[in-house]
Amino acid sequence: MSIVTVQLGQCGNQTGHEVFSALCSDIRGTHGLCSKKENESYQDSSKERFFCQEESAVPVARAVLVDMEPKVISQTLSMAARSGHWKYSSHSHFCQKQGSGNNWANGYSVHGPRHKEAIMNLVQKEAEKCDRLGGFLTIMSMAGGTGSGLGAFVTQCLRDAFPASFILNHLIWPYGTGEVIVQNYNSVLTLSHLYHSSDALLVHENDVIHKICAQLMNIKQISFRDVNRVIAHQLGSVFQPTHTAGGGSGYSRNPLGDLMEALVPHPEFRMLGLRNIPQMPESCLAYSAFSWPGLVKHLRQMLIARAQMEEGIDWQVRPPQPGSSIPSSNKALNFNTSIANLVILRGKDVHTVDLGSFQDPSLYTSWLSPQDAFNAWKTPRAFNKYEKSATLVSNSQFLLKPLDSIVGKAWNMFASKAYLHQYTKFGIQEEDFLDCFTTLEQVISSYTNL
Amino acid sequence: AVSLPFAVGQCGNQVGCRFWDLALREHAALNKKGIYDEALSSFFRNVDTRSGDNGPDIYRGKICSLKARALLIDMEEGVVNELLQGPLRDVFDSKQLITDVSGSGNNWAVGHKIYGCQYREKILEKLRKTAEHCDCLQCFFIIHSMGGGTGSGLGTFVLNLLEEEFPEVYRFVTSVYPSGEDDVITSPYNSVLAMKELNEHADCVLPIENESLFEIVNKIHQMINSGKLGSVVKQNSLLTSSAGSAKTLQEKPFDAMNNIVANLLLNLTSSARFEGSLNMDLNEISMNLVPFPRLHYLVSSLTPLYTLADVNVPSRRLDQMFSDAFSRDHQLIQADPKHSLYLACALLVRGNVQVSDLRRNIERLKPSLHFVSWNQEGWKTGLCSVPPVGHSHSLLALANNTCVKPTFTELKDRFMKLYKKKAHLHHYLQIDGMEQSSFSEAISSLSDLIEEYNELDATKGGPRIDPSRLKIAV
Repeated sequence: MSIVTVQLGQCGNQTGHEVFSALCSDIRGTHGLCSKKENESYQDSSKERFFCQEESAVPVARAVLVDMEPKVISQTLSMAARSGHWKYSSHSHFCQKQGSGNNWANGYSVHGPRHKEAIMNLVQKEAEKCDRLGGFLTIMSMAGGTGSGLGAFVTQCLRDAFPASFILNHLIWPYGTGEVIVQNYNSVLTLSHLYHSSDALLVHENDVIHKICAQLMNIKQISFRDVNRVIAHQLGSVFQPTHTAGGGSGYSRNPLGDLMEALVPHPEFRMLGLRNIPQMPESCLAYSAFSWPGLVKHLRQMLIARAQMEEGIDWQVRPPQPGSSIPSSNKALNFNTSIANLVILRGKDVHTVDLGSFQDPSLYTSWLSPQDAFNAWKTPRAFNKYEKSATLVSNSQFLLKPLDSIVGKAWNMFASKAYLHQYTKFGIQEEDFLDCFTTLEQVISSYTNL
Repeated sequence: AVSLPFAVGQCGNQVGCRFWDLALREHAALNKKGIYDEALSSFFRNVDTRSGDNGPDIYRGKICSLKARALLIDMEEGVVNELLQGPLRDVFDSKQLITDVSGSGNNWAVGHKIYGCQYREKILEKLRKTAEHCDCLQCFFIIHSMGGGTGSGLGTFVLNLLEEEFPEVYRFVTSVYPSGEDDVITSPYNSVLAMKELNEHADCVLPIENESLFEIVNKIHQMINSGKLGSVVKQNSLLTSSAGSAKTLQEKPFDAMNNIVANLLLNLTSSARFEGSLNMDLNEISMNLVPFPRLHYLVSSLTPLYTLADVNVPSRRLDQMFSDAFSRDHQLIQADPKHSLYLACALLVRGNVQVSDLRRNIERLKPSLHFVSWNQEGWKTGLCSVPPVGHSHSLLALANNTCVKPTFTELKDRFMKLYKKKAHLHHYLQIDGMEQSSFSEAISSLSDLIEEYNELDATKGGPRIDPSRLKIAV
């Protein structure tokens, strides 16, 4: 089953390129550490999922590139082509000259309707190239104008045109101390709109990834390319083929559907956080050995304590014991309650791993049984040169604090009416903002009261 | 996307001249293959001149003849003629020029009312023609001075015209404000009358003061002469004339100062023209730096200073570049942003600088800066991979900051000194369309603006009370 990726805006296109690059590199890698048969099965499945194999040439990414200015797409296309191992189709991109000016309203209300037909035609063509369409992945940032505004509009169009398909929005949250001054407005508008049309929002925060680059990857002068590469690795660790629990011997045929089923039991709760361990510079990989029990223990504590990475985890945080006297406010402050979790394990000896600790009922709300709230996908095929790799995709309070922070800052700015004239100019009124704030306060409240 | 500059008046055209020279040099240094590319197209057309000046535009392929996208307007011929006889003569053709002979007599009303009316159709016609050649017009630049008659009066007339004719295209204005010692006695009148137009019709204004440019030029001189920098001064540089012979600062003082303004425009548009990991387009500058329509005056600084001169310098500490951007003596107007209130700040970096360098410096400098309560963490940042020619990196900082207020209050004071005595007023009032109310409305507009800055300043250092959040039913 194939996934069509829509890359939107500068961030979406720059990140998307790294994602396909990582996927291709992983497919071609000789570090499978598993049987030849397993490896071939994995490679075929991955290629089917993300690439279209044209007769003579290199694999072509199943992607549509959209931007309102030409420079990034031009760079992205040529970088891919230069790799010699994969490329984008030369007919699968749409760009304009003007940009969206970091203005969500411009992206959503002006560029969206104006270019809807052209963009959806490209999406339709990509969808038709798939034997079986598994759904859509959009890659975009929330901070700017195109990824955020046009991205929200395109998501709606996807929903309208493909009502039976899964839509997963991969969202990149900007650095807290500003890349764009109106980023909190753009974020609030994006999140609230996506909540109505997307199936799930899979989030990466630049601040978190930056820390990983600095402290785990030991990169001195961190560039956006470094950040995007870590993001690509983490996404790859989710979307490369795996065996699901009840899925029989072959690789899962419906990755997006499986993801939704595992993680989104209720439409009010769509925000998914992502953690992947271990992370280290490639040069260190050969010298590191990890044990599965160690990785599982760390990942679980990262979940419970809302840790951003595997260093600096707060081991004091514990799930509430049944019948304990810990007041519920304490629980809300420190302990991360989950609705559902998905752990994906890749590499050597995965069949030996005991994930019982993730099925501890105290980790979860009471709505689902722990058996339903927790899912595990595995494959013995190692990913991206990591002998062992463990990923957690979590529908929990992971993103509660960052979300609350964004909404708080946006509200603060909104109360002073700063920059509103820039949005009303393109048709987004104060009432529209209020609707968005209401939607998000509701989401925050829902997650807070888990 | 195309940016279309209008150089109006003597100052505007002198700056314009430096701008085109630097733009050509920048593109020549980068465009080794002589192919007409997207970057070039923002400022230049590629014309097939083999059969004469009226040849068609060539949109791709090899460069044939580059023509600047611009309109040059002056009511005196001196500056424009010099341009047409100099090394840039092939970059312009007569269709882009609007000139007259008698000048505006340092009278805003002559520039705005008389010449405005007289040349309106001609300007419109040439504007439309020029716009036709642009496949995507994003922004107009007006380059002028405030203190005289043509740049000030006719320049703001053009501003009005642009708004009427192309309301969706952004209007950026680079305005050189007169100093207290300006030898044009009526410069306060001209400036205040022009300010009203800028208040009402510009999207963004970058005010410049000659005193600041002069001080910066002196600083560069000192740096070079003290031997701290490498001692090689390049040909055709800031400090030499384009004919290659060295001229001292005294002989052509404005050339060096105009170069700084030209560099400002070059850097402002660099991220729109060249690639980078975090692009910053001109419409983004307006979006992020103008929180309320009338507060659109941006204080700018360019660092390191040696990037404004053609000297070979060993690479200096990157972080120093960021620190300097906030210091008083690097601003292009007499202002101290560190001790005033920021509404918004943009940093556009060129060269080998990555996001971690940006963040480290923002974290480092933030505590010493005062930001308005509703924009505590509001920074707009851009990373352009292409540095200025011959240098490894540079930074342009744009601040929407209340430190711009003293420039306006001093202007108002100088205006009132003249106005109270009704000095020279008759030169204006005798012009058709000018009345007493033209003056009272203008000063009122300026006073209102100053008042808005006062109100903001009053919030500085006050207690921070975040508004309570929206309550929803659980």
